[in-house]
Amino acid sequence: MAPLVGEVAEAENEVVPSFSTGSSKRRRRVRWWRGVVLVLAGAFFLIPVYAGVKFSLQNNEHHFSFQAYESLASAPGFTAALTLSLKIALVTMVVSTLLMVPTAIYVHVRLPRLRRLLDVVTVLPIVIPPIVLIVGVLGVYPLWAKSSPYLLSFMYVILAMPFVYRSLDAGIGAIDLKTLTEASRSLGGSWSKTMWRVILPNIRPALLSATVLTLALVFGEYTMAQLDIWQTIPVWIAQFQVSSDGPVQVAASMIGLMGTWVLLLLVVSIDRSESRRNRKKLRSS
Amino acid sequence: MSSLLPKASPGAGAAVSLENLVRAFGSVRALDGFSLKIEPGEFMALLGPSGCGKTTALRVLAGFEILDSGRVVVDGVDLSDVNARKRDMGMVFQSYSLFPNMNALNNVAFGLRMRKQSHSVRQKKARELLEMVGLADQAAKYPHQMSGGQQQRVALARALAIEPRVLLLDEPLSALDAMVRAELRDQIRQLQQRLAITTVFVTHDQEEVLSMADRVCVMSRGHIEQVATPAEIYARPSTAFVAQFVGISSRVPVQVSDQEVVIFDQRCPVRSGESRSVTGAADALLRPEDIAIEVRADGKGFVTRKSFLGAMTRLIVQVGDLSVRVDVRSDVGSDIELGTRVEPSIVARDVLVASPKEVAIPDVDAP
Repeated sequence: MAPLVGEVAEAENEVVPSFSTGSSKRRRRVRWWRGVVLVLAGAFFLIPVYAGVKFSLQNNEHHFSFQAYESLASAPGFTAALTLSLKIALVTMVVSTLLMVPTAIYVHVRLPRLRRLLDVVTVLPIVIPPIVLIVGVLGVYPLWAKSSPYLLSFMYVILAMPFVYRSLDAGIGAIDLKTLTEASRSLGGSWSKTMWRVILPNIRPALLSATVLTLALVFGEYTMAQLDIWQTIPVWIAQFQVSSDGPVQVAASMIGLMGTWVLLLLVVSIDRSESRRNRKKLRSS
Repeated sequence: MSSLLPKASPGAGAAVSLENLVRAFGSVRALDGFSLKIEPGEFMALLGPSGCGKTTALRVLAGFEILDSGRVVVDGVDLSDVNARKRDMGMVFQSYSLFPNMNALNNVAFGLRMRKQSHSVRQKKARELLEMVGLADQAAKYPHQMSGGQQQRVALARALAIEPRVLLLDEPLSALDAMVRAELRDQIRQLQQRLAITTVFVTHDQEEVLSMADRVCVMSRGHIEQVATPAEIYARPSTAFVAQFVGISSRVPVQVSDQEVVIFDQRCPVRSGESRSVTGAADALLRPEDIAIEVRADGKGFVTRKSFLGAMTRLIVQVGDLSVRVDVRSDVGSDIELGTRVEPSIVARDVLVASPKEVAIPDVDAP
């Protein structure tokens, strides 16, 4: 027996250092690649933003200036386009939430077998080009519907469906919805109270990200709005063709972009501040 | 202000009657004419293998499953069509079911809030219940900040807060480690006895059932095999299935004639009940303690394996073609070496026999 123990001990002594050296080398290599990928991806996204910001901060003599941003508010049609976009976004967010939240919850609790079907159905708006959708809708819908800008909201609900459903699905999947629902019901909670006090607070981050994604979509969608002849922000940017005010157009785009980013940051910070508040409560107790 | 904790009073628990329940999922009948009466204040355990319908029976009682036919009657009132939220039944689930967005205190107070109790009453009662389950200092903690055992204790306090007519426990200990499980098992039983609350406990763990329940309902394929006290279930299983599922049995082929069998050259009477209908070739099901051994040089058997179980030692004794399990006191077992010749004898006053087709017990391969 003794030689066997000796062999094992010897083998361990030999193997362990070489294994740890190999793994640390590998870790360094992985870290190096990770850095390269991060820099490349960052450059891909940030260079156009940098170019846009730089261009919007120039006057006609190519000197640094806030002139484009200052003249935005007084640019013809900008305020109306922004207001319209905000209104459409608000209706889209409300309709989308009212439609998708109960659907996603119902499918998770009562019809889990339909989840796969819903996965496929909610991807369809990505497969069908928006131009096909809006041309079809404009050909079929009555005039009174076409004359309202909120027809766009309903179109955007469809366009946003893949993002909204997937975000909610992930959020609901992260909690044991069926058990939580049953626990609430056994304690006397009605469906509305279960939804309000148990389900919604626990899928809030998913709900917030779905809302921000919807907002981003509305502020970036051009084809449908243009064909429906409503001047939303993207349409206004495309139509504001006074050559000397090129920087104004870009400034408007930058404001839209920054607005979305700020909202995304808000979502993250709301979630973080909540966890911080919980930790504080715990410490004080 | 006086205590708001639920108090036990004679006859406080509700009488439950499950009458001829049928619930099918496609072609599978999870409950197939299941009937059971539970006395007020009784701790009834539903025991059976996976898929036997025990959880379905509990969920039907809770109101989470719709019956195909049958009735759920509590204190003489038919609740079959009553919504789950109006049944007044507290439930503790297998998975930790605390609301992640609420701390322990608010979790316990949730049911009271649904019953529109005032804030001060809710807070006071929830604190008292947390104290009762030994978690008064964890009131501000959120579920993710508590261990599994703590979460289940909060879940128990939450279920008790609404002073339920029936407490339903759906394998509440199965996700916990052995030590916490044993501790919580005792705590649940103590609380149940103290509050005299009618309790239905679903599990597949025999040890839990034998140590906690007043009565055990052993289930198989949607129907009842036997309802009896834990001691009776263990000592006098009425069917081969119960003998097989609860405790450990060795299978010995026998010939039944005149309600008697011969095992190890010894005549033994057949146990009354289902066994009496068996004739001819059959299998006797013997508990380890049904057999005694004596160390003898001319013994018919010899010891092939032994396992130390603490106070007892389990021996596997080979007698001809048969292997049987025998339990002996460890101070005796420690002196018995492998290969020792022993003379086995039956010490049970009667034996359970079953048709060979009913018995699915594997031959002795593990202690």
